[in-house]
Amino acid sequence: MSATFETTRRAVLAFGAAAAGELLIGFTGKGIVAQAQTPAARDAILQSGTFIRIDRRGQIFLVVPYAEMGQGALAAVAMLVAEELEVSPYAIKTEMAPGDDKLYGHPLLGDQITGGSLGVRGAWKQMRQAGAAARIVLIQAAAQGWSVDPSTCHAQDGYIIHAASGRRAPYGDLVERARALPVPQDPPIRDGNFKVIGKSMRRTDAAEKVNGSALYGIDVRMPGLKYAALMLSPVLGGKLVDVDPAPAMAIRGVSQVVKHPEAIAVVASNTGAARKGLAALSPRWAGGNTTLRTADLVADLDSGTKVAGLVATTGGDSAAAMAKAAKVHQMDFRMPMLAHAAMEPLNCTVHYRQNACEIWVGSQGPGRARKQVAAALGLPEDAVTVHNHHIGGGFGRRLQSEWIVLAAEIGSKVQGPVQICWGREQDFRHDAFRYHNHSAVKVGVDDKGKPVSFEHRVVGPSIMSWFLPAYVRDGVDLDVVNGASGSYEWPNHRVEYVRKDPPAGLLAGNWRGVGETRNCFVVETVVDELAYQAGQDPVQYRRALLKPGSRILHVLDRVAEASKWGSPLPRGSGRGVSVLEGFGSYMAVVAEVELPGSNSLRLKRITAVVDCGQPVNPNIVRQQIEGGLIYGISAALYGRVTIHNGQIQQTNFHDHPVLRMNEMPDMEVIVIDSKEAPGGVGEPGTAVLAPAITNAIKAAGGPRLYSLPIDLTVESRA
Amino acid sequence: MRIQVNGTARDVEVDPDTPLLWVLRDVLNMTGTKFGCGAALCGACTVMVDGVAVRSCITEVGSIGSGAVTTIEKLGDTKTGQALQKAWLDVDVVQCGYCQSGQLMQAAALLEVNAQPDDAAIDDAMAGNICRCGTYPRVRAAIKQAAADLKGRR
Amino acid sequence: MTANATKVRRTARWAAPVLATVAVAALGTYVAEAQQARSNNLMTPGVQRAVAATGLAPVESFSSIQNTAERSIALFLEASKVVEHPRCINCHPVTRRPTQGDDMHAHVPPITSEAATHAAGVPCGSCHGQSNRPTGSAGIQSIPGAPHWGLAPQSMGWQTLTSGQICEQLKDPKRNGNRSLEQIRVHMSEDHLVAWAWHPGQGRTPAPGTQEQFGSLIAAWIATGAHCPK
Repeated sequence: MSATFETTRRAVLAFGAAAAGELLIGFTGKGIVAQAQTPAARDAILQSGTFIRIDRRGQIFLVVPYAEMGQGALAAVAMLVAEELEVSPYAIKTEMAPGDDKLYGHPLLGDQITGGSLGVRGAWKQMRQAGAAARIVLIQAAAQGWSVDPSTCHAQDGYIIHAASGRRAPYGDLVERARALPVPQDPPIRDGNFKVIGKSMRRTDAAEKVNGSALYGIDVRMPGLKYAALMLSPVLGGKLVDVDPAPAMAIRGVSQVVKHPEAIAVVASNTGAARKGLAALSPRWAGGNTTLRTADLVADLDSGTKVAGLVATTGGDSAAAMAKAAKVHQMDFRMPMLAHAAMEPLNCTVHYRQNACEIWVGSQGPGRARKQVAAALGLPEDAVTVHNHHIGGGFGRRLQSEWIVLAAEIGSKVQGPVQICWGREQDFRHDAFRYHNHSAVKVGVDDKGKPVSFEHRVVGPSIMSWFLPAYVRDGVDLDVVNGASGSYEWPNHRVEYVRKDPPAGLLAGNWRGVGETRNCFVVETVVDELAYQAGQDPVQYRRALLKPGSRILHVLDRVAEASKWGSPLPRGSGRGVSVLEGFGSYMAVVAEVELPGSNSLRLKRITAVVDCGQPVNPNIVRQQIEGGLIYGISAALYGRVTIHNGQIQQTNFHDHPVLRMNEMPDMEVIVIDSKEAPGGVGEPGTAVLAPAITNAIKAAGGPRLYSLPIDLTVESRA
Repeated sequence: MRIQVNGTARDVEVDPDTPLLWVLRDVLNMTGTKFGCGAALCGACTVMVDGVAVRSCITEVGSIGSGAVTTIEKLGDTKTGQALQKAWLDVDVVQCGYCQSGQLMQAAALLEVNAQPDDAAIDDAMAGNICRCGTYPRVRAAIKQAAADLKGRR
Repeated sequence: MTANATKVRRTARWAAPVLATVAVAALGTYVAEAQQARSNNLMTPGVQRAVAATGLAPVESFSSIQNTAERSIALFLEASKVVEHPRCINCHPVTRRPTQGDDMHAHVPPITSEAATHAAGVPCGSCHGQSNRPTGSAGIQSIPGAPHWGLAPQSMGWQTLTSGQICEQLKDPKRNGNRSLEQIRVHMSEDHLVAWAWHPGQGRTPAPGTQEQFGSLIAAWIATGAHCPK
């Protein structure tokens, strides 16, 4: 997504004095909030996207508009604020912002969305300026009190210090005076020489995640809470005809069976009783797409590779160059439907009252969830509150809110608060899948095997047409074609887009790595095969096609060195390389594999180099790259969701395997020390991974793979 | 029905075939133990019963008897648990953190029977615990660090 | 499947487009897909015969075989429809890694023999209790369980063996837990873990016949000299 997110909606600092004598620093999208000398003005500020709050005890609170789903948003944002506020990041208590697109909209995306590896890129300037604004008014307040020039004071470790006189005041003591001061609208921020940024600090949310106290949506507890187990139609799009509630009601603890047009929920005093009650029911479902089969979807996308598409990007005259090429290579690609399979199954806690609805959930788009729930229940948006929580893995699934709406509709039929929990089977079968993606590539080469023309026809769904319509231009989904020609300097190129959306009833959505994931596999396979056809080393072949001095070339060289590219390997082993430019970052990966038998594969080692610009926290960057690569390994080896007669066939981790500890290869991640603007790190690892493995399989003497997943038995680490 | 949880006797009014997981989470409000798959496939719900790792999502509460249940909430009360939690922080294992209660409980059960596990032993013990954020390399490193730490203290 | 493969997946065809397997998989239900997907070399002729069996022939039906040794062999082969049935043989691995399902795919999660001795911290009892445990899911409908659930010792590994080899092993005190033939008979006819094979829980096909019929076949096999097939 990254390359297309160029527009910025500059947020403006607001400020003010506030309730309970707290100092508030905030932003609005519209402009400055008036100085708050009256209760009404104070309320306006409180409702204006407050980010930093400092109370009289000096406790600093930070409201983080981004969802925390493991990517380290809370820690990174705290570090950005701490950098300018001159405190330890651990002195800042982070809170998750409630759902509100107006107050907490992403500076680059508009709505309150955590996705596209855009968290730090959105926060980079905004949060440092918030920290700087707070520091400046605290310094002014201290200087006033001491009757000295503010320029003679400085902030350090939570104190304002007047070095000449040795006076010092803790932030808390200055809040009362600081509240009345004007807040700078565009405060200067440090440009380099960072004190906090760039340090590998422990995540601020680590401690609560090793003792079980971190609260995820599924952990919300309150007096009178009931628990519900949920079932949707096994056939996608099917409707509930009827169900006899009696067998469930006979189970101890079950209090209600809620019938929804598309679902049944059994409500009980605990989830165990609810699940038992649900299993006792024999619902009748009807309708839905009962003839839907994977083979038909594959055939539909195949047909798309044979028709001309909309031109997405073009340079030179690819057709003319193709006609004159010494040789033309054609390659067709098929990528399967994928599930997110996050560890925390979907769940949502709802308390519906006559004119209001309160939701507790973990969402990547809580602002949209709020709007959609309000619309579904016929409530004004203000009557819906969405509290956000830690997310036990998002990967794009929780960008969508249809499941929150379903929960709200069910919850509106229940007296008092109810926590609705999807079973793993429901989570798999009613995912918002990464849809099938196919590609057809034609490359013309000269008599030395050097490309003269590159044509890539991208066939896939348009998620952006409803998710972020700004990223569709003239019918071309800018996400699905993103990265479709890679980083390479093609003399002539043309990318076309053929739209193939899923059929009714089958929900598709965003999946970690988005468009780059599908296109990197295509482009990096193509380039690798061209190298083989030309009889050249895959790294050297790529080097010749990358711009000299570019960051992508640099990471390629670094990974070749770190992976000992070119050093001898035993027969049956091989190395494969893959590079990716995306999300504002640059990555290169080398995979080393062994083919112990004709049908089996062992992953030996993954070496990755990432240049993500200035890393806010290199340790979190490394975590994200490791995690992205491993998520990519699972998908490359196992990721495939199939449909038979309208039913998703995978139900749990036995028939949808994911990578486990015993299959985990050695892994080295190198983070380039850079001062460039920060890039995203959540998705590049996933996007770059698959072709490194398939290229390594080829190098090890295996076949060239043009489809995923890799259809080999995966063996334990040696 | 009475069960022993983290050193305390707790009376719970549920059917004996109710999985221990939901008794912990929904009846006793101890939410550190997580629901992942409901079929003993992912390990997120791992607790210890008399020091042995148990998948609480498929363990009937009625089958526990007088067994001593230990959950993530009290893992830090043991030397092994402390060493593991410290190593987890030192290595910065967690990402989303959802599976980590189960990973830690399983790691503790491993160290109970094998104080110095090698890579193969760690694979054997931990292959039942799925992490989708990809913390496996750090889980491995943290177990080794905790084991070394405990050995040093003996 | 090689000895240390931890996931038994589709029999891969080098360079065959994945589409082909997707299309094939889409023809069946997901249960059928799993069975189709996971054919492997553990599915010996004996196991296949056991899976296909719908019941056990009574002892009397073998009385027409005049030669005692031949009758004994025939009785054993009938009983081996239980012995080699996946409900039994899945936990008699030679590799020390148990298997699951009628297609004998690798146990999920991956388990090694160490598990049986608690050494890895994941004993069988981490998941398998005193009785079958329903999950309420259409995918895995229950987790099997019975008292003393566990892997057979290494010496009693049956997987990949022929019916004859299993038969010889059953008679060999060095490899059968130092049991006499009478003790074998009692074990087969009365042991509760053996009995589980006919009450394997939701989502699993039971071993053919009944434990009583099976016990009678074993008794008749012993009474006819306990001859083994080649």
